Amino acid sequence: MLKRLLVVVLAMFCLATQVVAQDAATEPTNETASETEAVALGPMQEVLQSVSELIVDSSRRTIQPAIDAVAGSGLDAAPFVLETWQARDMWQRISDGQFFKAVKAGDGYALTDFDTGEVVATVTKDDIEQIKPNSGIQGLIGSALVAFQLNDPDPAKRREALASLERNASEDLLGVLRASIDNEEDADIRARKERLEKLITITYGTDPANRIAAIESVAGNLDVAVRGALNPLVATRIMAFDGAIPDDVNVARELRVGSEALSREEAYALTDGEPLLTDDALRGLLQANIVDGAVGGVPVAELSDPERRVAAFEALEAAGTVPPAATEDDVDAALDGKVFAAVYSEPNADVTDAAQSALTAIETKVGLFQIFDLGLDALSLGSIYFLAAIGLAITFGVMGVINMAHGEFIMMGAYTGYVVQQIVPNHTASILLAIPLAFAVTFAAGVAMERLVIRYLYNRPLETLLATFGISIALQQLAKNIFGTQARPLTSPDWLGGAWVMNDVVSISTVRIAIFVLALIFLAVFLFIMKRTRLGLETRAVTQNRGMASAMGINPERVNMLTFGLGSGIAGIAGVAIGLYAQVTSEIGQAYIVQSFMTVVVGGVGNIWGTLLGAGLIGILQKGIEWFNPSNTLAAQTYMIIFIIIFIQFRPRGIIALKGRAAGD
Amino acid sequence: MQRSFLIKNPSVMIFLAVLTVFTILVTFSSEAFGAGIISTSFVKTLGKTLCLALIAVAMDLVWGYAGILSLGHFAFFGLGGYMIGMWLMYERTKEIVATSMAQNPIPPTAQEVVDGIGTQIFGVVGSSEFPVIWFFADSLFMQLLLVVAVPGVLAFVFGWLAFRSRVTGVYLSILTQAMTLALSLYLFQNDSGLRGNNGLSGLQNLPGVTASQDYVSIWFFWASALALALGYIFAAWIVSGKFGSVIRGIRDNEARVRFLGYSVEGYKLFLFTVTAMIAGVAGALYYPQAGIINPAEIAPIASIYLAVWVAIGGRGRLYGAVLGAVFVSLVSTYFTGGQAPDINLGFYRIQWVDWWTILLGLSFVLVTLFAPKGIGGLFDLIAERRTPDRHGADLGPDQGSLREREAEE
Amino acid sequence: MSTLLEVNGISVTFDGFRAINNLSFNIGPAEMRAIIGPNGAGKTTFMDIVTGKTRPDTGKVLWGELSRNLVGMNEARIAQEGIGRKFQKPTVFEDQTVEENLLMAVKNKRGAFSVLFWKPSDADMNRVAELAAEIGLANELMRKSGELSHGQKQWLEIGMLLAQEPRLLLVDEPAAGMTPEEREKTTDILVEAAKTRAVVVVEHDMEFVRRLNCKVTVLHEGSVLAEGSLDHVTSNQQVIDVYLGR
Repeated sequence: MLKRLLVVVLAMFCLATQVVAQDAATEPTNETASETEAVALGPMQEVLQSVSELIVDSSRRTIQPAIDAVAGSGLDAAPFVLETWQARDMWQRISDGQFFKAVKAGDGYALTDFDTGEVVATVTKDDIEQIKPNSGIQGLIGSALVAFQLNDPDPAKRREALASLERNASEDLLGVLRASIDNEEDADIRARKERLEKLITITYGTDPANRIAAIESVAGNLDVAVRGALNPLVATRIMAFDGAIPDDVNVARELRVGSEALSREEAYALTDGEPLLTDDALRGLLQANIVDGAVGGVPVAELSDPERRVAAFEALEAAGTVPPAATEDDVDAALDGKVFAAVYSEPNADVTDAAQSALTAIETKVGLFQIFDLGLDALSLGSIYFLAAIGLAITFGVMGVINMAHGEFIMMGAYTGYVVQQIVPNHTASILLAIPLAFAVTFAAGVAMERLVIRYLYNRPLETLLATFGISIALQQLAKNIFGTQARPLTSPDWLGGAWVMNDVVSISTVRIAIFVLALIFLAVFLFIMKRTRLGLETRAVTQNRGMASAMGINPERVNMLTFGLGSGIAGIAGVAIGLYAQVTSEIGQAYIVQSFMTVVVGGVGNIWGTLLGAGLIGILQKGIEWFNPSNTLAAQTYMIIFIIIFIQFRPRGIIALKGRAAGD
Repeated sequence: MQRSFLIKNPSVMIFLAVLTVFTILVTFSSEAFGAGIISTSFVKTLGKTLCLALIAVAMDLVWGYAGILSLGHFAFFGLGGYMIGMWLMYERTKEIVATSMAQNPIPPTAQEVVDGIGTQIFGVVGSSEFPVIWFFADSLFMQLLLVVAVPGVLAFVFGWLAFRSRVTGVYLSILTQAMTLALSLYLFQNDSGLRGNNGLSGLQNLPGVTASQDYVSIWFFWASALALALGYIFAAWIVSGKFGSVIRGIRDNEARVRFLGYSVEGYKLFLFTVTAMIAGVAGALYYPQAGIINPAEIAPIASIYLAVWVAIGGRGRLYGAVLGAVFVSLVSTYFTGGQAPDINLGFYRIQWVDWWTILLGLSFVLVTLFAPKGIGGLFDLIAERRTPDRHGADLGPDQGSLREREAEE
Repeated sequence: MSTLLEVNGISVTFDGFRAINNLSFNIGPAEMRAIIGPNGAGKTTFMDIVTGKTRPDTGKVLWGELSRNLVGMNEARIAQEGIGRKFQKPTVFEDQTVEENLLMAVKNKRGAFSVLFWKPSDADMNRVAELAAEIGLANELMRKSGELSHGQKQWLEIGMLLAQEPRLLLVDEPAAGMTPEEREKTTDILVEAAKTRAVVVVEHDMEFVRRLNCKVTVLHEGSVLAEGSLDHVTSNQQVIDVYLGR
């Protein structure tokens, strides 16, 4: 390490001295002039003067030696000079050609000497001339500055330097970077430096052993930049070789012509044969050469036959009317004896092997995290389905009432949230207000529906299905008439706007976490109401034996009404939650109704844990299928439903089936 | 045998007579063959209505008679439409492509024609290759076969799975609804091979026919009337004999039929499959009159509307289903077509285009609650037919057997 | 004595409740048997198992000369094998006429296609008329069965059972809700039927059982407690303790 550093520093010195020597040779007059006049120039001023011409010239092409001279001077003032220069604060005094930092002070400019850092004079603008480096030169100066900044006592500056280095890393700075690591005291910055050093070594390193060591040390690192550094190393291109592949070529794998990776046409394109005769080209050629209703002696009418077309072309080719083109035989001949291989651009086989295995390790790890992320997604989707289904678990699961308008209750809840948000602009307050309000609205709607329709249809499930369906289409159309067909936004408060990020692969939005938490709360509420309250007890009693329950003094009408209202009210709250992450339209309920019923049925009717499992299963399934075919959520839903239909074959009563005589068919 | 069957079922004779008179009336009022009182587009509406009546008959068989509330029959209807649509679109595009290629100085090869058709048809979904399912698209005979085979096979497989695991009642309804949803979502994809949400279009043009739509519409009207007549006779024949007895038995008490030694699953499967095929035929006649088919037609809601028609018309009687379908779809056309006058309430103007669905939904609730026999029930009043006394057994005929058991215990 | 039905060591559990516990039971080809027992003794579950409605956890149900195992067959298949069942509640197809009900039950091919193309032959019609006379419904053939009285429905169901020509009849509380005259007639029909086939009657009414005058099996907690003539079992102390003494 140290040795490397020495080499670099030495190299810089050499360069700098060379420039000085050169300048001295070419511009003797300047040198003598300053010598005669100057009494004692500071060491930095001396360096600057030695490259004065280049600095004043300020050309992107020639400026590098000047920068190197300053940077390599080994003087403490070097970073100060470079910063001033870069900030266009360096001025040249016209009278003696010396450089200063000039700052506007009153009417004139205060000149600061680079060596002492003190203000030496105040002059008028006419006495000095500004050095105006263009942005290209500023960039070059910046790179030179990085070396100083990396060792700057101020951590913020060091971070800044690292950030600029990350953006445009280069081989030249590797040494500086390495040198700065040992002295780094800040653990965080040190880690960043080490990481950057590895990345630059991987990409630009010259010593294979070093590179391989760097590559191996990053195996399993999830950083996107790591993959960005490794991927170019394993990039390949397909090449054609005559006979055997030369030894000096780093071959990834040999390719067979006609395989998936290399089609016949592609292989032929790699050889330098005549252009292949495509069908379009053939037609064009023939079209251009119709003579008296025939092409090459073949009548035009016969040219609907592909074989006759080829015959016509060959006649033209033989006559020399058209340039020769490769036919199938030509292609065979051209490909004969050729070997094709995917070849790494990186010549060193050890490096590519190491990069390949490091990438594999990373991919494995990424894969594992992706599965974890998928699990989170599935959990979140499952909790959405659970939210949508839990109201149904009460009305359908417990009471046995099939309510096709359940989806519209969800919609009503979502629209309630939207309306509240129109009135109460504060998003947090409006959500907190919307939840009880949505419950109230859908509770009322549920009670009204139970009183007006459903109570006449108990024990007639198919008729309930049809009647509630009628209500469903009426409610949907009503919502359309009131709110229009376009989607209405329901904005979540800022504290729900973010996302929880674990690493580059795993992240989940806060809204989804909130929905998950809400689902858990609902589960608890459901269990509490059903197991611990009078209403739950009465509901179960009425569902199991209505006659007996009413004999015990329970009013079944009242219980049914309240239970149905409760299930509907929960649907309303679910509507607010769903509206937060999906667009609110009149069809929002339709999107969930079938899945909700599936959730309840798959889980096992009448059992909340079954509904929970069902929601989880459907969530995992849908995400799992989407993972295989990420571009196509429609297909995922299709396959999920097919899976459910098949699932019901094996567990017709759901995951958690009620057993016993009552559960018989 | 046929004669005695018709004589034994006078309602079939009446129905056929009414249908015949209606067909003749429409023919002589059409623009093609008569006075031109009825516009061509209205002839198409009437023809489509007859197709809807046919699928309603199928729905009545499976729901009104066998008690299976299928929410999937409109999917079979759509599949039938897709199958015939493939041929219509292929042949029609072939004509267009052939005409345009005939302008070329060099006659096209067969492959070029096919490629041209592919580009024309699948250009909208960014493809030009023919999917495998279009293999028979150039053969009218094969596609006609597929009109019944595809819905039949799908219904058979689905029915076999569902009935075998003894899914009944509302569970079966939900499952059929899920199947329909799955199918429509699948067809919505661009790579389903059926042009995604663009669907198939231009189906009103019959390949090789130069006659105007005035004539084509009447031909389809006749075909629809004939299909309805045949379907009605077939359905009436099925329900009149012992088979009808068995399926009504299944509707009323599935377990009892099983203990009589009938394989309930087999009967349900047979009926489900046959009605799916009838639905396929109805769809194949409907969509050439509609001119376009897309996956939205298959969405579960359509199948539920089908149940609505049958319920409003009166399930458990075939003419009820026909009446329901004809009545609701014509009234729907009237209200949604913008012909119905708005009602001005002073503070609000009721526009029927917006409010018709609400009216339909609510009237459906009312029919379910107060007139479970639907329009067909009116005929009972006329005939003063006595209804069976159920001795207070409150379990309706549409009861799923599962529910019935639970209700007992 | 040859056996028609041999139930061998069956057990079934519902949610931890053992409804049938290692039950064994035999019946001959032409025999009347009454099964009595307190509520929850497993009488109905026993019938459910024999007719295929419930699948036992363990044990075999062997049937006929070939001793085929009925466990695992579906209800329709078992019914076709020749086991008929009458439920506690009369279940006839109320929407259909008496004739349709009987025709559906008359022994014929049960497959969907053969039923679709089936037309009643003279023999079938005669059989229906004969059965109708036997169950006293000859004048009611064209009436909807929903309009019949409770007792008539019970008979119609028995008639349907006989029309199936089963070799084993399982009858669940046939006399429930009947007038004394109707009971007498029901007894006659069952006794007549038992001459040519096996009949198993589940009944609570001791009077009715006595009139059947047959061997009695007492079930208790899912297994056989006692077996023999009515007098024999009613004098059994255990039987008195668990059932009669209550």
